[in-house]
Amino acid sequence: MTGADVLLLALAAVAVGAGALVVTTRHVVRAGLHLVVCLGAVAGLYLVLTAELVAWVQVLIYVGAVVVLLLFAVMLTRAPIGASDDLDRPLWPAALIGGGSGLGLAALLVDAFRWVRVEPPAPGTADRLGGEIFRTWVLPFEVLSVLLLAALVGAVVLSRREIGRREVAPRETGEREVGRREAGPRETGRRP
Amino acid sequence: MRPVIPYVAAALLFGLGVFGVLRRRNAVLVLMSVELMLNAVNLILVTASLPLPAELAASGVPALPHGGQVFALFVIVLAAAEVGVGLAIVLQLYRMRASVAIDEVPLDGPRDGTEPTDEATLRDEAAPRDGTALRDGATAGEGAPATARGERP
Repeated sequence: MTGADVLLLALAAVAVGAGALVVTTRHVVRAGLHLVVCLGAVAGLYLVLTAELVAWVQVLIYVGAVVVLLLFAVMLTRAPIGASDDLDRPLWPAALIGGGSGLGLAALLVDAFRWVRVEPPAPGTADRLGGEIFRTWVLPFEVLSVLLLAALVGAVVLSRREIGRREVAPRETGEREVGRREAGPRETGRRP
Repeated sequence: MRPVIPYVAAALLFGLGVFGVLRRRNAVLVLMSVELMLNAVNLILVTASLPLPAELAASGVPALPHGGQVFALFVIVLAAAEVGVGLAIVLQLYRMRASVAIDEVPLDGPRDGTEPTDEATLRDEAAPRDGTALRDGATAGEGAPATARGERP
């Protein structure tokens, strides 16, 4: 049991505990804040595993961007601030499948890696990872940039206000059509 | 160091993510659970890029010593794209149905969802920009059926 093992155990306990709070808490906003703790602990695990660049990218993108986006979504969907009782569906199927997959995977990995010890490798600095990306993984890197562009355009297209209207318009009666047409330009012109 | 510790942590995080996806009915919370699963996979990848000891490795030093970390970076980028598109879908769902409960989404087209759509958008436009009034207006919602008020306490 070296110092690295103690650090790994502590950070893993924090990550799993915060993750359990994310999926069980009754407060939507607190779930987002527990997610910050969980992702931060996982970044610490990356640091102990000598993956420096991945740890800092995790802090930048996950803790910095993804969680902020999720909290924005919590705000924009007007989630209740206090505790709410209607966040959950029945417990037993989810507990059975989730617990079964998690504990089954854990048992498999414990069985495979129980006695393995490794020496800390050369740290994955930006220098080494950059060299490897641009020597070996150039094609996936470029495909990922195209995918990011596609996701950006897709998010913009999905966020238009007209999507719901076009789908429900043919099912409306005549007088509603008139009111809709009058209300149309005003609504499409104002975007939040 | 023992790689079994991060491996087991990643397996438990993945199980928690599966549990959350199946258990939660708020779409934003489902997205948070998906993030947990993606993080578990990242942790597996980073741990797997540790070099194995000599008696277990097939051929000494691996050819790509940091391949797992590069893959973890790629997965982080994918997760960013996924959460962007996913939140666009969730916000559009909220705009159309005034609710983000995923078990109330009709899977066979907009059959009975027209009425809450109109109520929600019109209320949206008419309500002032002040937070409490918005919340009160959304909670009152006397015309909307129960599906449109699913998220309210």
